[in-house]
Amino acid sequence: MGTSIRKAEDLIKYRQRLLSSRGADEQWVTVCTSGCSAYGANKLIPAFLESIAKRGLAEKVRVKATGCHGFCQRGPLVVIQPRGLFYQQMRVEDVDEVVEQTLAKGEIVERLIYKEGELQSFEQEEDVPFYKNQMRLLLKHNSNIDPTSIDDYIGIGGYAALANVLGKMKPEEVCRTIKSSGLRGRGGGGFPTGIKWETCRAAPSEDGVRYIVCNADEGDPGAFMDRALLEGNPHSVIEGMIIGAWAIGHPGRPAGYVYVRNEYPLAVERLGIALNQARESGLLGKNILGSGMDFDIRINKGGGAFVCGESTALMASIEGHVGEPRAKHIHTVESGLYDKPTNLNNVETWANVPLIINQGVEWYTSIGTGDVSQNPWGGSKGTKIFALVGKVNHTGLVEVPMGTTLRKIVFEIGNGIIGGKKFKAVQTGGPSGGCLPESKLDLEVDFDALSEAGSMMGSGGMIVMDETTCMVDVARYFIHFLADESCGKCTTCREGLKQLGSIIDRICDGKGKDGDLELLADLSQTVSEASLCALGQTAPNPLLSTLRYFKEEYQEHIHDKKCRAKVCKALISYSIVSENCTGCMICAKKCPEQAITGKKKEVHVLDDAKCIRCGICMDVCTYDAVRVD
Amino acid sequence: MAEKNENKVSFKIDGRSYEGVKGESLLAAIRRYGYEVPSLCYHEAVSSYGACRLCLVEVQEGRRRKLTTSCNYPLQDGIEVFLDTEKVVHNRKMVFKLLLAMAPEAQSVRELAADHGVIDTPFEINKGNKCIDCGLCARVCKEIVEADAIGFSGRGLSKQMVSPYDEANEACIGCGACVVVCPTDCIGMKEENGIRSIVRWHRDLPMKKCKVCGRPFAPTFQLNHFADQIKIERSFFDSCQDCR
Repeated sequence: MGTSIRKAEDLIKYRQRLLSSRGADEQWVTVCTSGCSAYGANKLIPAFLESIAKRGLAEKVRVKATGCHGFCQRGPLVVIQPRGLFYQQMRVEDVDEVVEQTLAKGEIVERLIYKEGELQSFEQEEDVPFYKNQMRLLLKHNSNIDPTSIDDYIGIGGYAALANVLGKMKPEEVCRTIKSSGLRGRGGGGFPTGIKWETCRAAPSEDGVRYIVCNADEGDPGAFMDRALLEGNPHSVIEGMIIGAWAIGHPGRPAGYVYVRNEYPLAVERLGIALNQARESGLLGKNILGSGMDFDIRINKGGGAFVCGESTALMASIEGHVGEPRAKHIHTVESGLYDKPTNLNNVETWANVPLIINQGVEWYTSIGTGDVSQNPWGGSKGTKIFALVGKVNHTGLVEVPMGTTLRKIVFEIGNGIIGGKKFKAVQTGGPSGGCLPESKLDLEVDFDALSEAGSMMGSGGMIVMDETTCMVDVARYFIHFLADESCGKCTTCREGLKQLGSIIDRICDGKGKDGDLELLADLSQTVSEASLCALGQTAPNPLLSTLRYFKEEYQEHIHDKKCRAKVCKALISYSIVSENCTGCMICAKKCPEQAITGKKKEVHVLDDAKCIRCGICMDVCTYDAVRVD
Repeated sequence: MAEKNENKVSFKIDGRSYEGVKGESLLAAIRRYGYEVPSLCYHEAVSSYGACRLCLVEVQEGRRRKLTTSCNYPLQDGIEVFLDTEKVVHNRKMVFKLLLAMAPEAQSVRELAADHGVIDTPFEINKGNKCIDCGLCARVCKEIVEADAIGFSGRGLSKQMVSPYDEANEACIGCGACVVVCPTDCIGMKEENGIRSIVRWHRDLPMKKCKVCGRPFAPTFQLNHFADQIKIERSFFDSCQDCR
């Protein structure tokens, strides 16, 4: 990086210079150092650098530490670019071979290629079924660019949308474009982004200050969409925000914040680097691209409270107050951060903005569901990123067009349930989402279809559950999570969730009684109707949706004292199947409570009074001689 | 009302028309016209917080109708308010049941709940507790007394009103405003041997004796704070209010 971009033409020239300086035989190795770092991917970077230098290839091959590529199940992931060769589960020991064979000679290291079954193997990243069934508009560059290089971003056409907007479009026109695109908030609410922008633009501000805020306080358990964008392509978010500043705050004094949780150190670091680069090249700061607009973005690190993802709590937190929501009778677009008009959008929403500007409304509205030509509530357009986790073969980040069925996501992209077990439910929308049963697998996922089915889009968590998952236990987990994460301000959320939790606890403990289900439903209604913010208002969803679709499991817990998934400890018991027991003694040795006794080659005995239902005996027995009832 | 005309708004309560000031607390406006709506965390002298959820009403804004607490609802022109709809009554009763379980020792909660037909709770009882986490004490301490000596710690179920680190705080002047304003009488104040103690905040302050009658009447620390706050000679408080 070494240029100052003062006007739109500078950007075009600089990009041409970057592309022409790239050698025809240049290669680059991209290594996911996001989630794959948990598999030790960070060690691959120095190993590649050393091996490449040793073979004198340093001039021709770059090594890039990138953001998440998506197929987390198969990490560490490496892609050899520009040919798009996909290597999976790569270890440091494999590096020399890849450098020698692939980078030096262009040959493939067969062992590292992704295979399905004996016959099918997939060399190209784009051909791997996990990717092939997706539409990766936002994530596609994650396995290509170095997120700490603004040159890489400009090289793929980055900041071209900004140059277009600042040079050629009036702010109102940008708002209209976003409104016509049908873009809706990816943070969960699904509010039409363009309407929000227009309202914020129209809200009076005496000193002209309007805040442009990016919500990166991603706190749903198992969700990492926003993290992947910030770690993999931070400039796309920044570009979206600068365009937003123009549309909402110009002429005036727009000012930007990214509120990102401090538990995302790599996202904070890479975003910080990207902001500095944007500043140094003149894309942030005074008179951006000669447009007359001054705009800069600050990072505000969150302390990890889930509730700070709620917009008013987030703004209170930026102001240095306790992260508690306030009633939104006066909307934040009119009076938000420091009582100024404030436009808050989620990371993924911001990242969509440059795409829409670059490729146009017609293209964008061709993707997704419904018809937004009359009003932006008429459908869900574009793609959505989901964090696909749980009992599914292929876990990872999945980007699909709105309207893709749950079946396609779980069974084609996710490749079905682990161990061939039976699908039971998929939980969408994070902790306040709902659990949808098999009968909803053909649901075409968009904002409205999910709400109608009793769940929600949320920020895009998707947890797959199989027959070994107890739905009562799932509801219990989420209700307790939300009770812990409630700010505690209002009675209905704080006390309501506590009491919901204690009723479910007693059902799981085998102490459920008649009337409990009615009480749960009744109290849930008050928690959702009378709580102050969206956290409380949506908190009963996991409970209500499981009551709606899996009521019989609750009834079995209460009346038959049975847990069909064999999860709730108070309702199950372990015993030795004497016909199968060979007296190998392994279970007796592994039992942490010495609840199993027996001599070698004699049938063992399990003392139910001592048993803590940990299930270790069952896991270690290779003779099918432990049963659970 | 001396407000400017443009701030005057008209609204309806259960079909009858009234006037108020734009942006004022809806609960204040409702009560001004003699209607009764229960609340515990609201006090007209300080900002609304919306914690207890008892002052629920239904508000019709154009075509939208919503259930909301009235204390923190800023009055707007043309709204219609419904006080005792089925939705309001049902949810309010549930809130009372939650509060009875949360603070079973609070007499005022039991009485108010009984007034609304709730005498029992189906929920697990939090034994020995009186505080309902309404935060009124802290708002009075900050906004009226300007001492800002107490606040919430923790969140969710571990949220509690405390002095910092649950120790005596130098900022507490021992005025007892928190004690007076507390809706459930859960703070506690006593005066013994010339010492005033605010029990819950662990604050003990020696009291000044009246120069005239000799009675200890208020903590010296508090009197100095007030004298400095309103910029008068500290000697003004040498005698108690009866002898002054």
